Amino acid sequence: MVRTLGVLVNPVAGVGGPVGLKGSDGADVQSEAVSRGAVALAGDRARAAIAAIAQHAASLRVLTVDGPMGADAVRAAGLTPSSVLSPGFPTSAADTAAAARALRDAGAELILFVGGDGTARDVAAAIGRTVPVLGVPAGVKMYSACFAVSPAAAGSVVARWATGQSIPLEEREVLDVDEQQIRQGRAEPRLHGFVDVPAVAGRTQARKSATPASERAAVAAAAAGAIAAFRPGVSYLLGPGGTMREVGRRLGVATTPLGVDVVRDGVVVLADASERELLDLVRVARAQAVVTVIGGQGFLLGRGNQQLSAAVVSALGDDPLLVVATEQKLIDLGGRPLLVDTGEAAVDRALAGYIRVITGVRTSALYPVHSPENEREHSCV
Amino acid sequence: MSLPVAPKPALRRFHQARWDEPIIFELSTPGERGVLVSAVEPGVRAVVGDVVADLPAALRRPTRPALPEMGQMRVLKHYLRLSQENLGADLNVDVGQGTCTMKYAPKVNDQLIGTPALTALHPLQDEADVQGILDIIWRTEQMLAEISGMHRVSLHTSGGSAAIWTNISMIRAYHAANGEAEQRDEVITTIFSHPSNAAAAKAAGYTVITLHPDADGYPDLAALKAAVGPRTAAIMITNPEDTGIFNPHVKDWVDAAHAVGALASYDQANANGILGITRARDAGFDVCHFNLHKTFGTPHACGGPGAGASAVSEELAPFLPGPVVERDGDRFFLDADRPQSIGKVGPFYGVIPNIVRAYSWIMALGADGLRTVAEIAVLNNNYLLSKVLEIDGASAPYATGRRRIEQVRYSWQELFEDTGISSEEIGVRASDWGMHYWTSHHPYIVPQPFTLEPTESYSKAELDEYAAVLAEVAREAREDPDTVRTAPHNQSVHHTHHDDLDDPDRWAITWRAYRRKYPV
Repeated sequence: MVRTLGVLVNPVAGVGGPVGLKGSDGADVQSEAVSRGAVALAGDRARAAIAAIAQHAASLRVLTVDGPMGADAVRAAGLTPSSVLSPGFPTSAADTAAAARALRDAGAELILFVGGDGTARDVAAAIGRTVPVLGVPAGVKMYSACFAVSPAAAGSVVARWATGQSIPLEEREVLDVDEQQIRQGRAEPRLHGFVDVPAVAGRTQARKSATPASERAAVAAAAAGAIAAFRPGVSYLLGPGGTMREVGRRLGVATTPLGVDVVRDGVVVLADASERELLDLVRVARAQAVVTVIGGQGFLLGRGNQQLSAAVVSALGDDPLLVVATEQKLIDLGGRPLLVDTGEAAVDRALAGYIRVITGVRTSALYPVHSPENEREHSCV
Repeated sequence: MSLPVAPKPALRRFHQARWDEPIIFELSTPGERGVLVSAVEPGVRAVVGDVVADLPAALRRPTRPALPEMGQMRVLKHYLRLSQENLGADLNVDVGQGTCTMKYAPKVNDQLIGTPALTALHPLQDEADVQGILDIIWRTEQMLAEISGMHRVSLHTSGGSAAIWTNISMIRAYHAANGEAEQRDEVITTIFSHPSNAAAAKAAGYTVITLHPDADGYPDLAALKAAVGPRTAAIMITNPEDTGIFNPHVKDWVDAAHAVGALASYDQANANGILGITRARDAGFDVCHFNLHKTFGTPHACGGPGAGASAVSEELAPFLPGPVVERDGDRFFLDADRPQSIGKVGPFYGVIPNIVRAYSWIMALGADGLRTVAEIAVLNNNYLLSKVLEIDGASAPYATGRRRIEQVRYSWQELFEDTGISSEEIGVRASDWGMHYWTSHHPYIVPQPFTLEPTESYSKAELDEYAAVLAEVAREAREDPDTVRTAPHNQSVHHTHHDDLDDPDRWAITWRAYRRKYPV
């Protein structure tokens, strides 16, 4: 069986980091970085990832983009590239999107992209979940949950895939911050979409214990656990995420991928609700927000679900959150706490401590929650 | 003059046998026989009649079982060949199956249990005829009670998870007797405790709350205090945990459970690092269990039967499974009249051959010997820890710089990030030197995990050999990764595909299921 791999390199990814520019988005920043003496490492990291696949050349067709957007790295790793696109140089975000589409349309079954959050965002916007992707970390910003831990780790996943083994897909969040904000001392990553990622063997699982069946089962168990905790007459504010979509699927209702939907007694009473609509609802009805872990940083609130604002959470009362996640999501945090950042220190403080996370029917974890904004205040005192 | 025999290389040149042996069912030849079973003598038949007639209809098979038909010599060859395609504690340096305590099971004990006085026993014999084995059961229980500090012990179960199930069943019965069965519906465990604790509690109907470790890898006491309450039935924890880290605040954990009226259950399946050093009851635990096949020198027997021991405080003794062996002067008898007992948890009185093996093992060592077992196991483990940490890319996450008890859950994460070679691939390659290696219990918390437990049985030279193999594979991962990635090269089988084992639609644990799921 010959498998078709797409390779997409953002040649300027990460160029701004080493020279202190907090990112590499946009032509101005990229030329500023180069003038500060920056050298893009994306090509090297691409080659390091692809080198692990070289031994599977016979069972692999490699589609890519001309020059530094892929072909150079593929050739350097000893494989023969087949180009689907010739971009102009220097390249831009539009080229990343065009390349992702071209690779998919040419038949790529998995797209290995090399870059950071900005690249992931462009890829997600272009092709969404139509083809699985895997990120090779090469950027400055790395909030998204779609990257392997290293180029070699990414290569080993693709090598396994190239041998014809089935690798489970996990729906992962793509987050990105506005770099201008970081430069001004603020960092508020927003959820921009979802991609399907081959469960990165080795991030936590050495034996490939995560099979398609077991991954689906874990999300289904967590969703079933949440539904088992639902009470009649209570309005549940379902946040974004694949786990929430599974809750919706099990309830037989459609949910909004990036939005907040309200269900009560198994019926959607508000779809894709705004903060204002949520406030109006929770002030008159018994309600609870159902949230999951968003991105690799462990945020429950303040990333990707800004509709669940401080005012909404306050209005929900003493027990505002029903947290649902697979056990693996918690383990992937590597011991780091869950985070809340609603923008209101008092609201965050009230949520800090330990919170029950539903992982299945009659199974849960008690997990620490921190509020980074409060900790920042404390460290100043 | 040179030596007549070439010196051995630093690493053993190993090659496993490869017989390409069919499954025994495929070897069946119609009409072939291993044993011609004697016909029942007419006199016997006249006395006992048609024994099959007493079987309930539901237990009778309408068709004959499709057993393989083979002569004795072919059976012998079949199993000898399979045995040559194996690794195990009697063959290799079996320190790679951490948490399983793969120690030496003395062969003399197998000779002891071969006596017809034991093999010819029947569990329904008259008590007066089996005083000897009742005596051994009673003495073994007494010794395990002394080792754990508990009041009474039951040896009825044939494995560790069954013993944990027995313990949560007694806890449930205790709360029910106090009228708190409905109120107490939660059990708390830690994520580094053996997963059978969570599984048994859930199977018993409880909601399970799992606690993650604190930043240093120790069980998080603050999390426990946030979790306990009037709904808590019990805490069920392992100590030392799978990381080999001993919970220094274990007494505070027990106290926190007792403060809300909950019981404390101690998984001591593997007590190998604490024998004669700490006792469950001294820390206040109400119930604990041992695996005789981990701590007390009986074989694991390739998945069973093992033997479990459930130990309880005086308060919980009425709930022990029954019947129990009691002593009246010089006479032993079985007491089945115990109204609060949780009832039977296994057939008859336990796995008698394993009870006798464990009894012999404990008696041969004595109290001082048991403590020496723990001391050497801990010493061996910390020696191996120092050797492994010398390997570039290996680490022992959590409690950095601290010593461990009897095992360590290590990580190859650094090597993996550098090379893309996973822990699983390293384990497969290690088998090319005849070494067995295992990663971790579910769930995989430590990235790229491997768990080593040397026990007291292995010599320094053997531990050095094992560490040298790991160092060599780590070197290959950096300098010649394809050799590791394409391993094994000297083994009976190449890769196994886990997908088939993980997918209920595809796994086949019986021949009948295999034929159904994979029709010819």
